[in-house]
Amino acid sequence: MNNPDNFTSELLVNKGHSPGQLLQLLCEIQTHYSHIPPHAIELLSGHLNIPPVQIRTVIDFYAFLHRDARGDFDILFSDNITDRMLGNLSLLNSLCKKLGVEPGVPRADGRVTVGLTSCTGICDQGPALLINGMVVSRLDKDRIHKMVGLIEAGIPIDHWPKAFFLVDDNIQRRDKLLSHGIISGSAIDAMVVKGSDALLKCLDGSGLRGRGGAGFKTATKWRMCRDAEADEHYVVCNADEGEPGTFKDRVLLYSFADCVFEGMTVCAGIIGAKKGFLYLRGEYLYLREALEKTLQARRDAGHLGKNILGKQGFDFDIEIHMGAGAYICGEESALIESLEGKRGIPRNRPPFPVTSGYRNQPTVVNNVETFVAAARIAVFGADWFRSAGTEESTGTKLLSVSGDCARPGIYEYPYGVTIRQVLEDCGAIDTQAVQISGAAGATIPVQEFYRKIAFEDIPTGGSFMIFNQDRDLLDMVQNFSHFFCHESCGFCTPCRVGGTLMQDLVDKVMVGHATSYDLQEMRNIGQIMQKSAHCGLGATAPNPVLDTLEKFPGIYSSRLVNRSFEPAFDLDASLEVSRHITGRDDEGAHIRHEK
Amino acid sequence: MSEMEMAESGKTPKLKVATAALCGCFGCHMSLLDIDERILKLVELIEFDRTPLTDIKKVGKCDIGLIEGGVANAENVEVLREFRNNCDILVAVGACAVNGGVPAMRNQFDLKECLEEVYIHGIGVENPQIPNDIEIPLLLDKVHPIHEVVRVDYFLPGCPPSADTFWTFLTDLIAGEAISFPYSLIHYD
Repeated sequence: MNNPDNFTSELLVNKGHSPGQLLQLLCEIQTHYSHIPPHAIELLSGHLNIPPVQIRTVIDFYAFLHRDARGDFDILFSDNITDRMLGNLSLLNSLCKKLGVEPGVPRADGRVTVGLTSCTGICDQGPALLINGMVVSRLDKDRIHKMVGLIEAGIPIDHWPKAFFLVDDNIQRRDKLLSHGIISGSAIDAMVVKGSDALLKCLDGSGLRGRGGAGFKTATKWRMCRDAEADEHYVVCNADEGEPGTFKDRVLLYSFADCVFEGMTVCAGIIGAKKGFLYLRGEYLYLREALEKTLQARRDAGHLGKNILGKQGFDFDIEIHMGAGAYICGEESALIESLEGKRGIPRNRPPFPVTSGYRNQPTVVNNVETFVAAARIAVFGADWFRSAGTEESTGTKLLSVSGDCARPGIYEYPYGVTIRQVLEDCGAIDTQAVQISGAAGATIPVQEFYRKIAFEDIPTGGSFMIFNQDRDLLDMVQNFSHFFCHESCGFCTPCRVGGTLMQDLVDKVMVGHATSYDLQEMRNIGQIMQKSAHCGLGATAPNPVLDTLEKFPGIYSSRLVNRSFEPAFDLDASLEVSRHITGRDDEGAHIRHEK
Repeated sequence: MSEMEMAESGKTPKLKVATAALCGCFGCHMSLLDIDERILKLVELIEFDRTPLTDIKKVGKCDIGLIEGGVANAENVEVLREFRNNCDILVAVGACAVNGGVPAMRNQFDLKECLEEVYIHGIGVENPQIPNDIEIPLLLDKVHPIHEVVRVDYFLPGCPPSADTFWTFLTDLIAGEAISFPYSLIHYD
């Protein structure tokens, strides 16, 4: 191993001394050393002119960065509810037992750490885990057994069987977007030929709305950004696909990356951006190498760089920035903070990124799927796009289908498709509920399966998780409430504290200690979070609880105790430590349960 | 005066109020006393039962119970339960009762670590030993806000709630009105 100072110094020479590079540098240092050593913090602090304490807050913010050494093999099991349903916890326990390691604690010889992480976006091929940042899919007993051998033998993951790391696209249904390819460069060519005004008009006519879930009209966003006067404009592709149960961007980035960059370049041409970023979630590190190659191929073909397609002054290039395990960075203003190398804490809005985004310059932030759709529209036209979908929701939507069904995977449908139709197509039987749009989305019961996927009915970023009648939906609620608690950025009280209270109350229901009073508390806390949280994460975090309290009251009521009040914890048990220390066991050393 | 005498004299019976400090600093009680001369008006409306002010040791049937401090030991639990069983309305007063407050900062450490720091490794400790006399209430492993132990009807935030906050709260409550604070009384930064 190099001297730590050498590695970090070299990195600083190669990557420059811009404070905005902090997160990117930290990611590289983490990969190299399996943590961020103190001397690296000192060096970074000196060269980037950032106080050490600020660097430490950034490290502590991101789940994939650590100040204490992790094992040489750092393993994180994906812990979405869909991974749970596929048995991830028993595989984790079996791996820990075989390796002789406690979850979250490095083994004494420093060889390995095993822990949990939020959804890794491999829900259709799970259970999955990350090992040193790379995805291992389709875990089973056999694969775990083989991993133990490889780890004990100290074989670097580059030399592990390739099959471990295979992630298939798994496209089960194609519609307009996935079945009509475009030739690389044809969308920017169309823009150069027609002119950016005409293209913007075309985009407007297509009715394209943002595919991340919020559904803001893409043409309007681009126009507002173009019209905002400033020194620089920026294009950002939000590939921080962190919503539990969503994996369609994974597929687009793997098999349609050129079209993603094409869409970004069209956007750059319209708004006058010289620079763009792809913000790639840390979990998708395995896609980076191919993405860099695609970028280079586009540069070589004259589709990126100076004077694109020979047009004087049309200069644009794209840089990939890595995330480091923070769900909140999917929120566009938190993503911009993260791009600037800081903690991903959402900004106050307004001003919105279209007028004040990256480095306070006008910035378009769009979802991966939106850029793909925009590039297609530039080539095939507005009418082609409008011919699918509904009046308010034109075109098609990629759904990431996982959970209890015969054929999980990617399904592309025209907007307006019913939930029942999707369930039939993916071979889901005896379905109890569908969780749409991820942990923050809506829980849909059987009697609402006639409803449509569309902005005007059920909007979605693309997550579609299926639960059959054998599932206990409270498992899902508990998984999501723990997820939100973990992913809260901690900035505002309603989310930081409310999320924890909610998690504790769900746990109390789960173990059968809650009363109807506690359910009312959950409703109250949920309403406060919805009304007063700083950003969308906090405001939507109580959704799974509030939605299921209303639509599936049975999962709660069947577990309640019939009393007016129950303490939040076991009073007598909380004296156990004291009893042990003092050796007392008299009457005063116990608290009786009050009837 | 008996209730009958009161009825004859046209006076309504005074409301009974009890207060207790659990694991707190008595700052909330001091703040209550900061209502100054208004305490004379207050005692026309209420009668104090168990409080540190009256030195009554056992709480009787009361209309209102005010609890300062969090729940840190077995005696806190006992007192809190007595209050809940005897008071129609129970109020969590101040940051410690509402959230655990400063004493809950020990929750970041193991109880054993805390006790050893104080009684074994502390500077100037002679004859180091952790007290185990049965007269001393045992500590809970964590400090809890009171609503995690009993049902609470009202929460009066502040560290401490100001005298005006106490005054507004009590007079509104006694008058049977919805409690309404001007923004200045519940604005903390």
